[in-house]
Amino acid sequence: MDIFLQQIINGLVQGSIYALVALGYTMVYGIMGLINFAHGEVVMIGTLVTITVAGTLIKAGMPVALAALAGLTVSVLSCMALGWSLERIAYRPLRNAPRLTPLITAIGMSIVLQNLAMIVWGRNYMTFPPLLPKINFEFAGAHFTLIQVIIVLVSAATMAGLLYLIYRTKLGMAMRATSQNPAVASLMGVNINRVIAAAFVIGSALGAVAGVMVGTYYEIAHYQMGFMLGLKAFTAAVLGGIGNLAGAMLGGVLLGIIEALGAGYIGDLTGGFLGSHYQDIFAFIVLIVVLMFKPSGLFGEKTGDRA
Amino acid sequence: MMKWLSPRSALGIALITVALVALPFVAAMGGQAWVRILNFAILYAFLALGLNIVVGLAGLLDLGYIAFYAVGAYTWALLASPHFGLHWPIWAILPFGAALACIAGVVLGSPTLKLRGDYLAIVTLGFGEIVRIFMNNLNAPVNITNGAQGITLIDPVKFGDFSFSGTSQILGISLSGPQKYYYLLVALAILVIIVNVRLQNSRIGRAWQAIREDEIAAKAIGINTRNLKLLAFAMGASFGGIAGGIFSAMQGFVSPESFSLIESVMILAMVVLGGMGHIPGVILGAVLLTILPEVLRYAVGPVQTAIFGKVLVDPESLRMLIFGLALVLVMRFKPAGLWPSPERKRELAVKPQEVAP
Amino acid sequence: MSKAMGEVLLEANAVAKHFGGVKALRDVSLTIRRGEVYGLIGPNGAGKTTFFNCMTGLYVPDGGGFMFNGAPLIADAPHQAAERGIARTFQNIRLFGNMTALENVMVGRHVRTRAGVVGAMLHTPATRNEEAAIRQRAIDLLHYVRIEDRAEDLAKNLSYGDQRRLEIARALATEPSLLCLDEPAAGMNATETEALRELIEGIRRDGTTILLIEHDVKLVMGLCDRVAVLDYGALVIEDVPAVVQKDQRVIEAYLGA
Repeated sequence: MDIFLQQIINGLVQGSIYALVALGYTMVYGIMGLINFAHGEVVMIGTLVTITVAGTLIKAGMPVALAALAGLTVSVLSCMALGWSLERIAYRPLRNAPRLTPLITAIGMSIVLQNLAMIVWGRNYMTFPPLLPKINFEFAGAHFTLIQVIIVLVSAATMAGLLYLIYRTKLGMAMRATSQNPAVASLMGVNINRVIAAAFVIGSALGAVAGVMVGTYYEIAHYQMGFMLGLKAFTAAVLGGIGNLAGAMLGGVLLGIIEALGAGYIGDLTGGFLGSHYQDIFAFIVLIVVLMFKPSGLFGEKTGDRA
Repeated sequence: MMKWLSPRSALGIALITVALVALPFVAAMGGQAWVRILNFAILYAFLALGLNIVVGLAGLLDLGYIAFYAVGAYTWALLASPHFGLHWPIWAILPFGAALACIAGVVLGSPTLKLRGDYLAIVTLGFGEIVRIFMNNLNAPVNITNGAQGITLIDPVKFGDFSFSGTSQILGISLSGPQKYYYLLVALAILVIIVNVRLQNSRIGRAWQAIREDEIAAKAIGINTRNLKLLAFAMGASFGGIAGGIFSAMQGFVSPESFSLIESVMILAMVVLGGMGHIPGVILGAVLLTILPEVLRYAVGPVQTAIFGKVLVDPESLRMLIFGLALVLVMRFKPAGLWPSPERKRELAVKPQEVAP
Repeated sequence: MSKAMGEVLLEANAVAKHFGGVKALRDVSLTIRRGEVYGLIGPNGAGKTTFFNCMTGLYVPDGGGFMFNGAPLIADAPHQAAERGIARTFQNIRLFGNMTALENVMVGRHVRTRAGVVGAMLHTPATRNEEAAIRQRAIDLLHYVRIEDRAEDLAKNLSYGDQRRLEIARALATEPSLLCLDEPAAGMNATETEALRELIEGIRRDGTTILLIEHDVKLVMGLCDRVAVLDYGALVIEDVPAVVQKDQRVIEAYLGA
């Protein structure tokens, strides 16, 4: 019980990051039915770009806060451009292809991006420049830092912004219509190409923000970091019901918390048989259990087939 | 099936046979490493054919297929190495490994039966990772898999006193270990191909395809979709298990590294890129995707030196980059795969310009 | 023709089904007799397809049940319905698009054949014989529905009318005692409907009982021995066409009060 609150806090932070990344997956899937395998790499590029930009600016003497902002901005813009290019060049020509073809393309692009990153930034782990002051807080026996607070707040704000976009703007309505029925949406005057591009661009922007958070939180980055993060975030999206925004957010946070609790308690739960290096599979175990009871995820629509 | 006695077919088969027999010697001219690469190409062809049953025929998107390879490989490793001091013969281990993989297929497949296509993908992916992580960590408190270090000194394939590792003299010709394994693999491959073709054109194969096309209609005409899906997983897994056993014996060493997600994804890519559901295409996909990275590995350095005078970019990253690009480009220009079945080609050709806004 | 005509084949007992607040079926009871062509009509949304889906195991009824050939039908097991002898077509045509017409019918033989994985892999004589028989029967069925020259075409490339016929052929391949057709004449013109009527007559002559959901009232009244009318999920009347056509409640249901 002593570590319970601590683990919840840690889980909430990690979960917020998962949620931001999961949104990228779920938006693209909701509109196109495509698992964008390359999304994790977009997040990674967000982190690495920030390292380069912010790091260079700080070394050049710019105040940290300004450099951080600059880094974040450049990172978000680059990822948006990357997401847009990905869709335009790799996926759009495949709109009418069999279902698995774009999946392989996504995998190919994931490999390309990882290796491009390796070429540009090298194989070694890189240190993320410290962008926020290290201030600690304590509450009911649990410790948390300013960084953690900022991550949760920024994530919440970003998600609120996204919800506003989706439910209160014309673009958002177009996106929702397209995810329900692209053919009819198009007949109603919705520009499907723009909507799909928007899904990628917005998802990538969120991913960039998540990337900066990951860098700030863990203080290191590496060209392969996108892989596991992407995988878990995608799992979170499925957990919540793929295609469902609230599901992605909830799934992400839930996953973070479950992972943290699991890592904390697994030793006790299994009498020492399983250690915390099994942490990575909690995500999957939780998913499998949930899907057994709710085959479409927590908020997923039951596609009740009207035969 | 029995129609292959026309003169043209007979000639074709004769040519292919000659090529297959000569191949290991041609490859060996570049060094034994190339024979090994050839062997891996065949092993991956097994795997791709196994996955083809699950993905291509039954339409179940399995992203954790490598788990069955791992089960087969570790079964051989545990039953024929100093690790437990057991040294079972091949005719016992292979069926046992296949059976274990088969059971794994049923166990891993069961929770997925009610899931929609892409949910199935992520769950199977999860299972693949779970198996890998268990392999990586089952070294405490009881050392089963020896963790990340893996198991070494695994017995090679042996028929009586004749071992497949090391060089032997057969009919006056000197055959190296890899070359001997090559012929074993080709023989097995032919069996596997025949089994696959027969399955595809059978009552079961049609039922699988029906499930892939429309599960509700399939149920309505009396297909027990639950059992047939499990059967697909089981059959696919068995192929994986057999391939895993041979891999273990051939390599002499297994570790969890060989069974990561990227491997599952690679095999899927082989199936899709080759021509999904089409057996010759799937084999082509496996061979190409195994050989291409190796060719790139050898070529990337020298080519850069030739053009730029020195190696500009790390060969390892560059070769994988080119590989990724190759995947993207093939899918862009040949979305049905490099060698799709005639029906699929028709299907993609007939498609009128649909809802293109 | 050899079985006792007129005995009860299918019995629906107070079948109820609701979706959320919507009562799609309210205690519907009816009987279908062996050898007859039984029509099920009603305005849109009356619950006809819901009834179908409950009967064929796609939906689980919330109340009541079915008896088929004297034994209860288990819900939620569509493939068992086919095994017992109920075959159906779908309102929205559900063919196996990327398989040829011939393969579609061949897979319809699945439930009456037995070759398993081992037989397939070993290519035993028993398996080979069964395969040949399946193929022949499929070709015969394609002839029966008059689309034999489309045998090697992909099902998704067939014309609408041919697709409907193919679906019927596939259903017949399961050797049903009861063939259920869900709006087979939808989208057909007068000539096509007439051809369909002949086909259905032929199927009835050859001994299969038929349940027909249709909107084309003329087709139903001309073809069916008995007709049931559903409205708002409830059974309004079950009788011969002549009586049903004149029933005041039926006229109101279709035209509005």
